Amino acid sequence: MTPQEENFMRKIEAEEKIEPKDWMPEQYRKNLIRQISQHAHSEVIGMQPEGNWITRAPSLRRKAVLLSKVQDEAGHGLYLYSACETLGISRSEMIEQLQSGKAKYSSIFNYPTLTWADVGAIGWLVDGAAIVNQVSLQRTSYGPYSRGMIRICKEESFHQRQGYEAILALAKGSPEQKAMAQDALDRFYWPALMMFGPHDSESAHSQKSMEWKIKRETNDDLRQKFVDQTVKQIEVLGLDHPDKNIKWNEERGHYDSSDLNWDEFWSVINGNGHCNRQRIEHHVAAHDEGEWVRDALSAYNEKKRAKKAQNAA
Amino acid sequence: MTNITEKLELFEVFVRSKRGLDHKHVGSLHAEDHEQALEYARDCYTRRSEGVSIWVVKSADICSSQEDDADCFYDPNDDKPYRHATYYVLPDPVNNM
Amino acid sequence: MSDQIKNATQEYATRLGDDSVVLGHRISEWVSYGPFLEEDIAYGNVSLDYIGRARMFYTYAAELANDGRDEDDFAFMRNDREYRNLLLMEMPKGDFAYSQVRQLFADVYYTVLLPELLQSKDETLAAIAAKAIKETKYHLRRSRDWVLRLGDGTEESHKRAQKAVDQLWGYTHELFDMDETEQLLADEGIGVDVSKLRDAWLQMVSDILTEATLTVPEDSWAVRGGRTGYHTENLGHMLTEMQIVHRSFPGCKW
Repeated sequence: MTPQEENFMRKIEAEEKIEPKDWMPEQYRKNLIRQISQHAHSEVIGMQPEGNWITRAPSLRRKAVLLSKVQDEAGHGLYLYSACETLGISRSEMIEQLQSGKAKYSSIFNYPTLTWADVGAIGWLVDGAAIVNQVSLQRTSYGPYSRGMIRICKEESFHQRQGYEAILALAKGSPEQKAMAQDALDRFYWPALMMFGPHDSESAHSQKSMEWKIKRETNDDLRQKFVDQTVKQIEVLGLDHPDKNIKWNEERGHYDSSDLNWDEFWSVINGNGHCNRQRIEHHVAAHDEGEWVRDALSAYNEKKRAKKAQNAA
Repeated sequence: MTNITEKLELFEVFVRSKRGLDHKHVGSLHAEDHEQALEYARDCYTRRSEGVSIWVVKSADICSSQEDDADCFYDPNDDKPYRHATYYVLPDPVNNM
Repeated sequence: MSDQIKNATQEYATRLGDDSVVLGHRISEWVSYGPFLEEDIAYGNVSLDYIGRARMFYTYAAELANDGRDEDDFAFMRNDREYRNLLLMEMPKGDFAYSQVRQLFADVYYTVLLPELLQSKDETLAAIAAKAIKETKYHLRRSRDWVLRLGDGTEESHKRAQKAVDQLWGYTHELFDMDETEQLLADEGIGVDVSKLRDAWLQMVSDILTEATLTVPEDSWAVRGGRTGYHTENLGHMLTEMQIVHRSFPGCKW
């Protein structure tokens, strides 16, 4: 190892943060750019499935809460793009990567939101799964990413609580509302578990990510945490657990559960989900339609600068 | 695929969340000028607090030191122990200073 | 409060609530469609402010009505012939210039209206105005800045902004109409005499449009009817979408 590499690994081992101007292995930088930008893209794309229900929210309070929540997602995207830009990539480049398909976003957002109950299910299960992952990421080795995650975690628990509250109201409501809640749970439970990614043995980036403390816990460990915490939550709702094989294992101290349908996982990631194309098309359309606005902004500012220069002369 | 050009500049955002505290770096955002950056900073970084102070600085204007060049730029703090309170041994009854 | 005043105040609060919920809803249609992320977040905040106002006005109207209804009954269980919002608010989202020009007209309106409402003898209305004034100051800064940038930006943005001004102008006259109900309330010191506000509104708007290199239109056409439930075809579609889930599950809690 070169002295630089040694110094770098010393910081990693001592749980010291790596900051933007520090020397870092090129692969560490690349890994982080991939992970942080994809995390950011997920937040932004995630605005769409939930944003889908803002105009149809069934009460004023729910409308306001959902709007705040979606706005928060946008804000989280912003914090993460901001952290990523410290690594030498621009927002422009990241947008290009997302829109061209070069960069991915969390595949959960390739699923459609079909009923109001889906909004609650997403807040509860999808944000719930994200929280399990993000709490772990607060200790990630790269400073700006870690600080971004701490900020996000502070705001995230509101997301899960509002989702759970929304679906609780349905589960305790009329038979039709309860049926709607059950249907949403059935459709989102498995995809939420898939958010933790494939088994670590099959994940290409896992090993290096763990070594460099970008990732702090394995996919399977995080998934297990989520399965465990969700059992009680489903019980309180009075809904049926989608996994007929869920069973407490005294020896392990965890719930045993069915293995996931990995065919579905890969199929959706590879383009067969209901919303894969739509999510990107929406993002592209908004961005393209916004071009004349961004151009106007630039032009106006140029004129202002020119005027100022003239007055100073 | 359209040619995407980013015309908005990058600004760093610092927020003082309460009187008496320092401004803390909270992140960055893109805006056309300082005024717009301030407005967006309010929306993006202070959605949950009132009465804060926000600073925005163009990222390009920030000059920073490179930590690993430390030798000539900073004192090596470890050869002047008398700067530290622990250097001084005081009798117990007054050791809470 | 006499019954007559009570009913008039309830009608007034309902109108102000309708204006707020309709405009709030229109702004919310921009979420995830903004020209860039920071703007998406910022504009969302404006929508939240209006929805917040709607809740306050409707809650007060429900209190006055005292017939078991709540804020959501007002928002979701009235059809478009019962809605009393100004037509300007129900115009569609259009392109970004259209929305920001409509926003400007509304923001200047609230800038001149709210300080008057703040003087209301009705404590609740005055309290709502007090909260709204702070928000409107910020809203106006945003919409003014956008109209300047778009009007005095590129040729394309200028064209779109001018088109928006021309298309929306005829809907602004209604903002300053008074009817029997509002006249009664103005005389009682409860409501605002909006007919007195047009000059100030026009001055402020004209100054901004002119600075933005935009032309202030002639007052050659005007469409009115919002306060009597005589709407454009836009509102029906908007309410269909807004109310569908609530109405599909009658009597349910959310």
